[in-house]
Amino acid sequence: MLFIKLRNILCACLALTVLTFPGPVLAEYGLNLTQGVTPISREVYDLHMTILWVVTVIAILVFAVMFWSIFHHRKSKGAVAAQFHHSTGAEIAWTIIPILILVAMAVPATQVLIKMEETEDTEMTIKITGYQWKWHYDYMNEGFDFFSALDETSNTIRQLKSGLNPDEHENYLLEVDNPVVVPVNTRIRLLTTAADVIHAWWVPDLGWKRDAIPGFINDNWTYIEEPGTYRGQCAELCGRDHGFMPIVLKAVSKEEYADWADEMKLAAAAAADESGKTFTMEESMAKGEDVYKTQCAACHQANGEGLPGAFPALKGGAIATGDLPGHLDIVINGKAGTAMAAFGGQLNDAELAAVITYERNAWGNDTGDLVQPADIKAAR
Amino acid sequence: MSSSQGEYFIPEPSRWPLVGSVALFVAFVGAAGMLNGSGFGTFVFGIGIAALIYMFAGWFSDVIDESLTGNYNKQVDVSFRWGMSWFILSEVMFFAAFFGALYYARVLSVPWLSGEGNGFLTNQILWSEFTAAWPLSAMPDPSGFSQFQEVIPWNDIPLLNTIILLSSGVTVTFAHWALKKNNNKGLCWWLAATVVLGFIFVYFQAGEYVHAYQELNLKLDSGIYGSTFFILTGFHGFHVTMGATMLLVILIRAMKGHFTAENHFAFEGVAWYWHFVDVVWLGLFIFVYWL
Amino acid sequence: MSEAVAHHDDLHDHKPTGIGRWLFSTNHKDIGTMYLVFALIMFFVGGAMAMIIRAELFQPGLQYVDPLFFNSMTTMHALIMIFGAVMPAGVGLANWLIPMMIGAPDMALPRMNNMSFWILPFAFAMLLSTLFMSGGAPNGGWTMYPPLVTQLNDAFPFLIFTVHFLGISSIMGAINIIATVFNMRAPGMSFMKLPLFVWTWIITAFLLIASLPVLAGAVTMLLTDKYFGTSFFDAAGGGDPVMFQHIFWFFGHPEVYILILPAFGIVSQIIPTFARKPLFGYESMVYATASIAFLSFFVWAHHMFTVGMPLAGELFFMYATMSIAVPTGVKIFNWVATMWKGSMTFETPMLFAIAFVMLFSIGGFTGLMMAITPVDFQYHDTYFIVAHFHYVLVPGAVFALFAAIYYWLPKWTGHMYDEKLGKLHFWLSVISVNVLFFPQHFIGLAGMPRRIPDYNMQFAEWNMISSLGGFVFGLSQLLFVWVVIKCIRGGEKASDQVWEGAHGLEWTLSSPPPFHSFTTPPRVTDAVAHS
Ligand code: HEA
Ligand code: HEA
Ligand code: HEC
Ligand code: CUA
Ligand SMILES: [Cu+2]
Repeated sequence: MLFIKLRNILCACLALTVLTFPGPVLAEYGLNLTQGVTPISREVYDLHMTILWVVTVIAILVFAVMFWSIFHHRKSKGAVAAQFHHSTGAEIAWTIIPILILVAMAVPATQVLIKMEETEDTEMTIKITGYQWKWHYDYMNEGFDFFSALDETSNTIRQLKSGLNPDEHENYLLEVDNPVVVPVNTRIRLLTTAADVIHAWWVPDLGWKRDAIPGFINDNWTYIEEPGTYRGQCAELCGRDHGFMPIVLKAVSKEEYADWADEMKLAAAAAADESGKTFTMEESMAKGEDVYKTQCAACHQANGEGLPGAFPALKGGAIATGDLPGHLDIVINGKAGTAMAAFGGQLNDAELAAVITYERNAWGNDTGDLVQPADIKAAR
Repeated sequence: MSSSQGEYFIPEPSRWPLVGSVALFVAFVGAAGMLNGSGFGTFVFGIGIAALIYMFAGWFSDVIDESLTGNYNKQVDVSFRWGMSWFILSEVMFFAAFFGALYYARVLSVPWLSGEGNGFLTNQILWSEFTAAWPLSAMPDPSGFSQFQEVIPWNDIPLLNTIILLSSGVTVTFAHWALKKNNNKGLCWWLAATVVLGFIFVYFQAGEYVHAYQELNLKLDSGIYGSTFFILTGFHGFHVTMGATMLLVILIRAMKGHFTAENHFAFEGVAWYWHFVDVVWLGLFIFVYWL
Repeated sequence: MSEAVAHHDDLHDHKPTGIGRWLFSTNHKDIGTMYLVFALIMFFVGGAMAMIIRAELFQPGLQYVDPLFFNSMTTMHALIMIFGAVMPAGVGLANWLIPMMIGAPDMALPRMNNMSFWILPFAFAMLLSTLFMSGGAPNGGWTMYPPLVTQLNDAFPFLIFTVHFLGISSIMGAINIIATVFNMRAPGMSFMKLPLFVWTWIITAFLLIASLPVLAGAVTMLLTDKYFGTSFFDAAGGGDPVMFQHIFWFFGHPEVYILILPAFGIVSQIIPTFARKPLFGYESMVYATASIAFLSFFVWAHHMFTVGMPLAGELFFMYATMSIAVPTGVKIFNWVATMWKGSMTFETPMLFAIAFVMLFSIGGFTGLMMAITPVDFQYHDTYFIVAHFHYVLVPGAVFALFAAIYYWLPKWTGHMYDEKLGKLHFWLSVISVNVLFFPQHFIGLAGMPRRIPDYNMQFAEWNMISSLGGFVFGLSQLLFVWVVIKCIRGGEKASDQVWEGAHGLEWTLSSPPPFHSFTTPPRVTDAVAHS
């Protein structure tokens, strides 16, 4: 009979899952939590496995009793119903025993939690700010900072009906343009906050995630023991492209890190230089297109047409083709209560000048206006 | 035809619930339209509210008729009592949300922003200029908010209003005693006094709002102080207005002689409501104005 | 017992006729039926949205919908399933059954009862209309966290007002249920004789009254923040976005028990019937339910472990949350003890009830894992959470509702449903629901965040399997509708008691029962009470 067959299949499946679910074998197939690469992440993993085993054993016991009576105390086998309906002893037992189990679980959990919240004695600090939809990393002791957004290839593939195969890109949606680089064997303080809406910074290999909340700073730390590239994603719904703001963290040796930091400092100095420059139309349009693609296209779309109702079109838009001061104002100061952020704090004068020039001249917005970094400085 | 079977009373089918649902629907759609800046929002909202009033009038007059024709027995009375008590509990919880917000702002978020407890880095990195105070007249980022210099002191109109509202609680109790002695005249007078006190309260409260807006520059958008102040006093004021209106209806019914010493749930329900409004005010007076 | 109620049928029911019977109804059965039908429709609407979600997640890459629309689907799916399907279904059952179980002719406040139903279609018309608005339907998640939710455009006030509207409906429904049970019990029906379904509903009603107004307050503050310049949830003015989360979850956690407690009640009625043995530990069941409800007001911040609360707060909410496992465990053990040494048969309601006990427990166990704060830092906002709550909601709450329908449908219609088809529905559902949700544990642990429309290849296999399970589960529900329709239209005549082991006042009425359930109060003896 069909039913009996189905029932057997079900039982087999259940047995299989119950038996194998917590098994370490499955970890290799990416079915389980990662052990991670920090002392804390390993403790978290151990805690996870402990609880998993505890509940699995309880589950097996409880379900075993249930299935025992299902098979043996059935009417078709001639079972006659007993009429008892309580047993004080049993009831006390199955109240007290779970309490004891829970207490036993709470003790190690409390210990790990206390350790995680202990953020003193760190050697360096990185402030991580979530934006719609990119991350900003500020190396507070080193004096440089940068944005990190979804890489170009993933971004092309992920467009709706792109027809491209995500299979071609190994780290599809888990790759960024500028990874965040940190030294190994260093106690690093990671501060999370956000500029617009709530995001959450999560690299599973570090063993935790933490919300990035606008207006508040959350304090965390990590200590990575193994060099490597660790990937994660934004873990708090933050709007349309929440799924597309990955995190790539490179842990390198202290020496490599020092070299990298020096390079970053030089680059920062060079960028500051640019703000005094005067651009030609071609330079400005080229730079502007770059900035637009990385900063603005997520909302206003590459073709400037926006998404009706959510993000206004800039192509032929009232502001983008209207008075220049109005345009400068909305880009620099944003618009409160909407997704339009204040880019004055995110981009330097040269970038702002370029992107505004671009918006005023691309897609048939032929205003002919050429905005210079100096104009931005004046408008700030 | 209503059927009263044995001990039970079951009303016949009624169109009021449906009218009420439609009225609320229209009112909500209208209000949403208003907020979205659509031209006819206000008009639609008006229709909805009118329909709502029509519904209340119709529904309650059915209930009153049934009550007067003696359809209601003890059982129905008790049902109404349970209904009213649990409704008041739901109102209590509604206010609890706003009191919770006030508590959270004063005890947690404002101190955090100024660097206490968990907020050390928050203050240092993001709001280093900010120090906590209550009333919070200097917001973490003052741009875009209405700055106020002073707030309304507790020992002025609010104190007077407290006395008014507490007295109205007393007068409504006197009205109840009169009713229990079948003294209809006493009932009407004490009720009238309560209604008057209620509306005086609302009048003073409105005056206070005008004062806050025009002279103190204390507004809904005056940061968290203004937000909690107006949302709490505003919803309370709204409830007082509703309560006073309900009392007025009860007064009119009392003048028509609808109540007897034994059968006057409508009066009691409204009186309970009035006491609830009173207690909420005490909370407001202590936590919003005084402390 | 039956002689006490035997003369019901000759008391003639004057049923109103035509469309007015439904529009203006003051009858608990008609209103209950409308609730149930409405809930079923909404289950399909919300389910259709889930199918869109599962279709987009079937493979990596964006094939069908824009990410913004995907977010709308997630948000609307949850709002519709919770407020439109599971809650109304629970209220519908309460309407049908409570008067019949306590020996009353109807609900205490029949007109208000009708209004609490009729609000629903209008409220959901309002919510669904946002799908056609510029900027799209709400897409900030059912949790409506600011500041994201305030970025919504035209749909925003509709979302807020829908929540207010639904709140009004639920509060009226809850008040009615409490007034009915407190005041309409037949003589002799003391509280400790109430069937457990009634008990769970009293407690649920209390949760509704205490928690929904808080949600109304929370969304009101969202509204004033967006349109009137208040800064409750804005640090610049001294507020805090996290404050919303506290207020929301103060409502939200009791809400999940609002969804599950009536299910507990249902299962507590069904298992004794088919085990032909009284419910084990009736009193401890009552106390456990009350404790769960009480504790549910002190655990809310377990949804917010990652927001960066002070350590003391994290510890408090961890311990409080863990403690809920104790009373819930008592319930599970009592059900198992009821089956123990029973004389069991396995009709469809019993199959669903057994599946409930097992699969709800699995969901409860993962809940307990998430209660452990340091580990929840990893689990939070991943598919592990999605797996947890679908286990407690779908094979939990929804299965219990299916069980209830199969169990009481013969009583309501007077006909037996098709047992073969019912069993087929069960087996299809129970297998596919596990194929649908079990793999989500794996992808969650492996690191897939929730609320994303697209993902890396490493999550591809299990997502595909999950989607396939989802499609099968969805299609299986069409079978359910067919079974119900078939049963309403005819079938083998059901006896008054329907099930050999059934006890309780509702089984003393005829099948189908008279229009006004108990027009004269029945005499309640120990024999009828205590199912
Ligand atoms: C019906 C709905 C329902 C129910 C009943 C529950 C029950 C529980 N839930 Fe769940 N939960 C949800 C619906 C529900 N939940 C939803 C919808 C969300 C997500 C919301 C969102 O973010 O969108 C959520 C999220 C959620 C979180 C937040 C996770 C996160 O976002 O990071 C947590 C954390 O603690 C949690 C815990 C629990 C616990 C401890 C229980 C307990 O009540 C479970 C108790 C049961 C058992 C433990 C099993 C049986 C017990 C025994 C057999 C006894 C012996 C056992 C032991 C001693 C171990 N739930
Ligand atoms: C009671 C509540 C409830 C119920 C019953 C369900 C039922 C289902 N849910 Fe849902 N769900 C939630 C409550 C619920 N869910 C909540 C609270 C969230 C969180 C939202 C948020 O993050 O804000 C969520 C989120 C959620 C997600 C995560 C989305 C994301 O994070 O991006 C997914 C993904 O798989 C999902 C799937 C499903 C499926 C497949 C079902 C199935 O059980 C549905 C089955 C029913 C049907 C399918 C309908 C019947 C059949 C037809 C319509 C016929 C047509 C059928 C076919 C074409 C196959 N749900
Ligand atoms: C997170 C989404 C988002 C990003 C990224 C974004 N914008 Fe906007 N932008 C918006 C929204 C939403 C509005 C509409 C604000 C309103 O309601 O008036 C807007 C409005 C504008 C307008 C006014 C359009 C009009 O005619 O009303 C301009 C100009 C503009 N943005 C330029 C930019 C530039 C330049 C960038 C990048 C440097 C950018 N935006 C990035 C969301 C975004
Ligand atoms: Cu940023 Cu999600
Ligand atoms: Cu919860």
